[in-house]
Amino acid sequence: MTVLRTQGLSKSFGGLEAVRDVDLSVPQGQVRALIGPNGAGKTTLVGLICGRIEPSRGTVSFLDQDVTRLPVHQRIRRGMGYTFQITSVLSNLSLRENVALAVRPREKSEDVVEGEVVSALTQVGLVHRIDQHAGDLSYGHQRLLEIAMGLGQRPKLLILDEPTQGLSEGEVAAFNSLIRRLAGETTVLLIEHNMDVVMAVADEITVLDFGAVLAEGTPDEIRKNAGVQAAYLGTG
Amino acid sequence: MSDLRKTLGLHVGLLLVLLALNWLLPAYHHGNLARIMVLASYAIGYNVLFGYTGLLSLGHAMFFAAGMYGMGLTVRHLGWSPAPAVLAGVGAGLVLSLVVGFLALRTTGVAFMIVTLMFAQAVFLTVLYFGEYTRGDEGFVIQQVDRILLGIDLTDPNNRYLAALLVFAICLLATFWLVRHRFGKTIIAIRENEDRTRMLGYDVFRHKLGAVVISGSISALAGATYGLLFGYAGATFASVQYSIFPLLWVLLGGAGTILGPFVGTLFMFYLIDLSSEITTAYMLIAGVTLVLLTLFAPQGLMGEVRARLFRWLP
Amino acid sequence: MDFGPYLILASLEGAVAASVLALTAVGLSLVFGVMRVVNVAHGEFFMLGAVLAWFVASSIGGHPALGFVAALLVAPVLVGGLAAAVDMTVLKRVAYDPERTIVATIGILYIIQQVTLMTYGPDARPVTPPFNTRLAIPWFEFADGRVQMYWPWGLSTTSYKLFVIAAAAIMLLAVWLMMTRSKIGLVMRATQLDSEMAQAFGIPVERVYAMVFGIGCGLAALGAVLIVPIQQAHYLMGTDPLLLSFIVVIIGGLGSLPGTVIAALLIGMSDGIISVFYTPTLAKILSTLLVAFVLVFRPQGLFGTRERE
Repeated sequence: MTVLRTQGLSKSFGGLEAVRDVDLSVPQGQVRALIGPNGAGKTTLVGLICGRIEPSRGTVSFLDQDVTRLPVHQRIRRGMGYTFQITSVLSNLSLRENVALAVRPREKSEDVVEGEVVSALTQVGLVHRIDQHAGDLSYGHQRLLEIAMGLGQRPKLLILDEPTQGLSEGEVAAFNSLIRRLAGETTVLLIEHNMDVVMAVADEITVLDFGAVLAEGTPDEIRKNAGVQAAYLGTG
Repeated sequence: MSDLRKTLGLHVGLLLVLLALNWLLPAYHHGNLARIMVLASYAIGYNVLFGYTGLLSLGHAMFFAAGMYGMGLTVRHLGWSPAPAVLAGVGAGLVLSLVVGFLALRTTGVAFMIVTLMFAQAVFLTVLYFGEYTRGDEGFVIQQVDRILLGIDLTDPNNRYLAALLVFAICLLATFWLVRHRFGKTIIAIRENEDRTRMLGYDVFRHKLGAVVISGSISALAGATYGLLFGYAGATFASVQYSIFPLLWVLLGGAGTILGPFVGTLFMFYLIDLSSEITTAYMLIAGVTLVLLTLFAPQGLMGEVRARLFRWLP
Repeated sequence: MDFGPYLILASLEGAVAASVLALTAVGLSLVFGVMRVVNVAHGEFFMLGAVLAWFVASSIGGHPALGFVAALLVAPVLVGGLAAAVDMTVLKRVAYDPERTIVATIGILYIIQQVTLMTYGPDARPVTPPFNTRLAIPWFEFADGRVQMYWPWGLSTTSYKLFVIAAAAIMLLAVWLMMTRSKIGLVMRATQLDSEMAQAFGIPVERVYAMVFGIGCGLAALGAVLIVPIQQAHYLMGTDPLLLSFIVVIIGGLGSLPGTVIAALLIGMSDGIISVFYTPTLAKILSTLLVAFVLVFRPQGLFGTRERE
């Protein structure tokens, strides 16, 4: 089954086409990486997918339903999870409350919520800090909390926007293994700069350049693709 | 002792102390405290929006006035008895806050403040415009015969105090309950980070609208109660000043704390009461307090207490 | 009086109101434009200008024109200085946070108003205009097959009212020249565009802010000095100018000086004209609602897009 499919998705700001005719199809359980040089339109594309930006043309379907006209919160309720590029945990609230807020939209019972909070925080290794304020965490831990919130949503599609930015090497390794564990049950769309991470965790890679899809394929194929190399080296 | 026990104990304890004071206070302070409890209920309503949702309204007097006139006009012109009249007041506040919220929530930040200010000003001017019914600035008195609720004469100081305490207790416990439950926790999350909350799957607009309506209705209940207990409705209660007061009380007491509105109202009431014996320019105190609070204690009294002493305070 | 002469009279009254309003609103708009803060105490600086004008004028003897000219020079400068001091002691310390600035300026509003009440008192006091010749205005009528000129009773204005209009126009021109042609204006516009960048280029942003706040409030005071000979000085007179300036600035597009002036003329004239024919209360209800709806439905061009934290 295809979890996410975009058809002819485009967005222009003024005269500039930030995203142009993107057809994307992500099957269930895949870890798909979205890469491209700065300004290639990755963030805009993700914004279009989760509804933060309205498209100029094209459609987004999620779980075989057209969601192009749905507002953000309804897409999230249908199973999209999104973690921010810039950490935006609720810093005056406890870790417990942060994750609980992510769980509640799909769970009525507070007892079940509590159980899932503990389990999500355990997965990212932060459960011993459950009563601390999120703002007191180190940057790397805040990123992990973001991921725990993503897990708490138990999304069918988890969109991670630059998740390893600012993480230490050890934390990156822990992140990689977390994503590998998720793969299979959760579909992941990963926007990432760190090519080591991409190559380690992605099943398939989509390369975006000047707002359009430049190449698509397995990590190996992408590595060998001359067009991609040119785009990254800036000689294309 | 769990945090819930502690906080519940604290709040119920406060209500019991207030109850006991009914028989202990000298007449002057007894009357003041009754007034303070009703005004604190107004501040509690304001706090739901400002303290917990993070929306700064400069126009809450319109909801207070909606309650007061919804009650007063139905008594005066339609001869309603107090109970349905108070309900009419709350209903007026509810409808008004629904409409105003629906419009004003399309804006954020400074624009939201100005829009609420403008709507409140329009309501205030409307009260003056229909002076034939409202008697404008002069206002009108609600007669003693109209202030008997279920056989209880609310002009009697004792009954009046207990009625004020009842309304205050309802508002206090309702917000206490609210912030411990799903809706309350969501509006707090919106206050902390609106965009993040939306991306967790919450309908931010509906929650904010809900907060405006709850806040407006509590304010209206306070307004209706005030008019009924103290027997008067006048345009002053719809003026800008009465929009600034709850902001001042809540800022002073501590925004986003359950006890803050009461503490702030109590302090400010006596500050103004004491200074009005010395000068007619008693609003000077309000101005100075506002500036000092913004500069030095944006968290207010209870906010400071919570930050320094008891982190469990709701 | 017939409708025609009546309309002329209303327009003249409207033009006087509009000129003073334009000065006041341009001050508010300047502050918002450059500093991105809303000054709720703006009306009180207006009031202070009027009250100071009375103090200055009544302490100088001789011909009324002497006192008036002195007031015209002294009151705006004093008010501007006070405003700059307020900026440095209060607004700077809340880091020009939009919401906290509003709360702080509400506090300042009450402080200025109540201190005036304590010192100047609750009375309304006039300032004698420097000159005040009554000028009758002719009207034309078509009767007996030919145009006749006559002087309707009550259709007149005064030389002073015409002076107010002219003075306001000159001041607005001066503000415009300052903003577009002078170095100070350039510095202000640079600060408005990007205060951090301006700071990086060595512009003393803090001093610019204090100056802008001073000039903004000084303009309000100037408007007030012009109006005291027509309206009296009173400690509560700041409310209406504040509200009307808000309306003008919001309708005109915040921070845009030409837009503000045009809106001031529009609102000032129509307010003058409407309140001649309808009750002022109804006119005010409609204009406050208008502002609210403009903000709700056309916010982008007015308050701009609000940046999220």
